[in-house]
Amino acid sequence: MWRVGTVVALRDETATARTITLALPDWPGHVAGQHVDVRLSAPDGYSAVRSYSIASASNSEKEIEITVERLPNGEVSSYLTQDLAVGDQLELRGPIGGWFVWRTEQKEPIQLIAGGSGIVPLMAMIRSRGAARSTTPFRLLYSVRAPEGILYRDRLQALPKEDSSLVVNFAYTRIVPKDWPRPPGRIDKDLILSATWPARMTATCYICGPTGFVESVTDLLNTVGNRRENIRTERFGPTGERK
Amino acid sequence: MAITSRGFYGRRRAADTKLPPGQYLTTDFPVLSAGPTPHVPLDDWEFTINEGTQVLRRWDWKAFRALPSENITVDLHCVTRWSKLGTSWEGVSLDTLFRDTKTDAEYALVHSYGDYTTNLPLDELFNKQAWIAFRFDDEDLAPEHGGPARLLVPHLYLWKSAKWVRGITLLQEDQPGFWESLGYHNYGDPWREQRYSGDE
Repeated sequence: MWRVGTVVALRDETATARTITLALPDWPGHVAGQHVDVRLSAPDGYSAVRSYSIASASNSEKEIEITVERLPNGEVSSYLTQDLAVGDQLELRGPIGGWFVWRTEQKEPIQLIAGGSGIVPLMAMIRSRGAARSTTPFRLLYSVRAPEGILYRDRLQALPKEDSSLVVNFAYTRIVPKDWPRPPGRIDKDLILSATWPARMTATCYICGPTGFVESVTDLLNTVGNRRENIRTERFGPTGERK
Repeated sequence: MAITSRGFYGRRRAADTKLPPGQYLTTDFPVLSAGPTPHVPLDDWEFTINEGTQVLRRWDWKAFRALPSENITVDLHCVTRWSKLGTSWEGVSLDTLFRDTKTDAEYALVHSYGDYTTNLPLDELFNKQAWIAFRFDDEDLAPEHGGPARLLVPHLYLWKSAKWVRGITLLQEDQPGFWESLGYHNYGDPWREQRYSGDE
């Protein structure tokens, strides 16, 4: 039931987020958007388990990536982002979840909206789409506090140049890049109207981020005419280390 | 046999001893839902006990709130591993709601506004085990936590406590609900750590 993965690479995405690549010889494969449970065990038998979204594409064989955001006083996230080293072993369960997923067979337009580290399962969808050579139209709207908080920045800036059916828009809530046209602020109705699919496209929308972010964005999507049955959400609260 | 994580000692807390296996304590109240939060006007709200198309009992908000309610203090356990202890609710017990309903059904499929469903054996709803709750911490239940009213069945993982509840369908045969069809356990007892399908 618990699989053993070996850490083969560590990559810092931002000052507080780290991507962990795990070799898993018996990995059965996953669907983009699924998560794993990670278990840490102390010498006296105490253990702690948290859930983390898988960041890598669904066709990745015998290897997966998770990206972990370090939370203040996070019991598990602090260990994973600061103490874990290449060669260490981790126990995992999964893949888990069958709702907040995108399958390569889906042909309808896709709208992804991420708040902060809510980007992780959405990045798995973007990577799976690329790995499957799917041309399904994707749009991503990614809200962060400041430019230095963007996960996978290089890929997200390069991908739309290689692929005209993938559109990426950023929104900054606190600090904007130089000469950015929009003042810092949360996603509002104007941005939803300009940066997401028109409701008549009946895109499937995947929204992932903190609870308040998801509540606000889903209400805006409803307001501009998106149907609730086309909106899938994944939320994390202040203590939920689910990323 | 668990692998020891090099350099990991963890942060135990005294209260952890009251928690089911694999849970950790939180003092806030995280929100987990699969889709947008429905906003149900009280004028439109209703709760039914039904056998599919045949409605056995129906309450509008006024009639529901006229039923005798109880104050309850219970621990909550979410399958995403947080637990919250000693939460205070006001609600109408399912014993009260079913007082005049005779049925030989063995299973219940709980329906919500927003089309969420969850299933459980009907007996799990009786004998002071389940309520339709409409107040939390002396305040009207907020929409993101399931308001105007949610099922509260605290001895099972919290996904069984359907938010925005609108009715209970009585069934002779068990029928998996939303998460139960998507890889989560059919029964969901936190003390037996029945998180995912395949857990014993």
